[in-house]
Amino acid sequence: MIQQSKIVINNLNFYYQKKQAIRDFSLEIPGNEILAVFGPANSGTTTLLRTLNRLCDLIPGTHMEGEILLDGKNIFAPDISVTELRRKIGMVFDVPTPLPMSIFDNIAYGPRLSGKKTKASLTDDVERALHMAALWDEVKDRLHTPAMRLSGGQQQRLCIARVLALEPEVILLDRPCSALDPVSTAKIEESLKQLKEQFTIIIAPHNVQQAGRIADRVAFMLMGSLIEQGITAEVFENPKDKRTSDYITGRFG
Amino acid sequence: MKVSSRTAQKAAKILIWASALLVIVILLAIVIFILIKGVPEISWQFLTEIPRNMGRDGGISSTIVGTLLVTAVAVIIATPFGVGTAFYLTEYTREGKVTRIIRFSAESLSGIPSIVYGLFGFIFFVMYLKLGWSILSGGLTLAVMILPTIIRTSEEAIRTVSYQYREVSFSLGGTKWQTITRAVFPSAIRGIAVGVILGIGRCVAETAAVILTAGSALRMPGSIFSPTRTMAEHFYILAREGISMEKAYGTAALLIILIFIINVVANMLVNRFVAKGR
Repeated sequence: MIQQSKIVINNLNFYYQKKQAIRDFSLEIPGNEILAVFGPANSGTTTLLRTLNRLCDLIPGTHMEGEILLDGKNIFAPDISVTELRRKIGMVFDVPTPLPMSIFDNIAYGPRLSGKKTKASLTDDVERALHMAALWDEVKDRLHTPAMRLSGGQQQRLCIARVLALEPEVILLDRPCSALDPVSTAKIEESLKQLKEQFTIIIAPHNVQQAGRIADRVAFMLMGSLIEQGITAEVFENPKDKRTSDYITGRFG
Repeated sequence: MKVSSRTAQKAAKILIWASALLVIVILLAIVIFILIKGVPEISWQFLTEIPRNMGRDGGISSTIVGTLLVTAVAVIIATPFGVGTAFYLTEYTREGKVTRIIRFSAESLSGIPSIVYGLFGFIFFVMYLKLGWSILSGGLTLAVMILPTIIRTSEEAIRTVSYQYREVSFSLGGTKWQTITRAVFPSAIRGIAVGVILGIGRCVAETAAVILTAGSALRMPGSIFSPTRTMAEHFYILAREGISMEKAYGTAALLIILIFIINVVANMLVNRFVAKGR
């Protein structure tokens, strides 16, 4: 069973100074599926995603306990290269975050960091990533125009393409559609369903409905603790915990 | 007596407009006065010949070269240190004793009168390091003088760069250095350039500090170890010693034009550099 799981989280605790954001969290995440980690605000979903690629390291005064295994290897082990880890586990943020440069340079940013220089290989990477994020047709004629000029939905797909250009193994998405309109949201959800063939996707959805639409598995969090997890249909139709059913049916949150 | 809010609104508007207008009028008056007095003095000969007869005759070519070289030395030395310090303060350390000491030092330095820098430069660079009265001594002294300006403006520019850019760069596997050079610096360059341009302006206009460190030689400098005289210094001496008011105005006018050109060129360079991304 353990071999099949892409990521295994064991007894994770995470603290911002004294405030505990994640409490004794354990979860196995299978590969090539979409996992939705959902819960009301301050339930720890963002923190959880940020521990998975160690972006949390950047915040001073935090500390964590427990372990996170990626393919059986603890990502907090001293011999792990954080930059390599972040290339394997990409992150898409809640608001679109294009860098102030051209579309091409945005996508090529990651490959260039790892030393790729030749124009030909970068062009290949950029085109492939844009195709996968279903953005190629809309931007192929203006790759060298500023990414800031794209619409919000396009910008967010650009951010997904930027992660894909690194050929990651896992993609983390932190409420990626919270700033987008329904049409853009639908496009992104559609591409995520395609992408799970090749990647493991972990998403903090911006509402319960989104989790229901796209996720193979869901994990419900409350105040930093894992309340319930399982196959989406099972959890949604037959929640074992009353808090889960209350949240899903909209009685709170 | 009660003033209606409408009257108060009108009065405020007039006062605010008047103060803005006054500032512009004073500035224009000075510039126009100098240009009217000075521009007729500017000729090909004025630009290309070195001063003769203590500056009474000939041109001011050697002082133009001197000004540009002293300024160049100062900016080339101060910019990397200033920008480096700004990056240290913003990216490499947390707020604490060290940052407070650095910031306090920089602020104190920016409040010191330039003649004190001149005296320091004279004692340290000219005498102690035996650099003599030279372009190098003058440039080093000015570098120390403009350092606080460059640090402060760069620091502000770097701080205004969105934290998201840093986060994105880190999340794509960037190291700290890659993040600073590829994501933060390009976004901050415009603000950093403002600091450097302010520094250039101060160098070009400085008199007291260079008179004590670069000397006041009128011949064409042969190297950065030669003594020289800057334009500001030149017209100070011309006017003070009553050598030639005409040449003093000519030099002053040219100085204003030079500062204007430096500003325009620097802005163009920055725009060219930044334009790609926006």
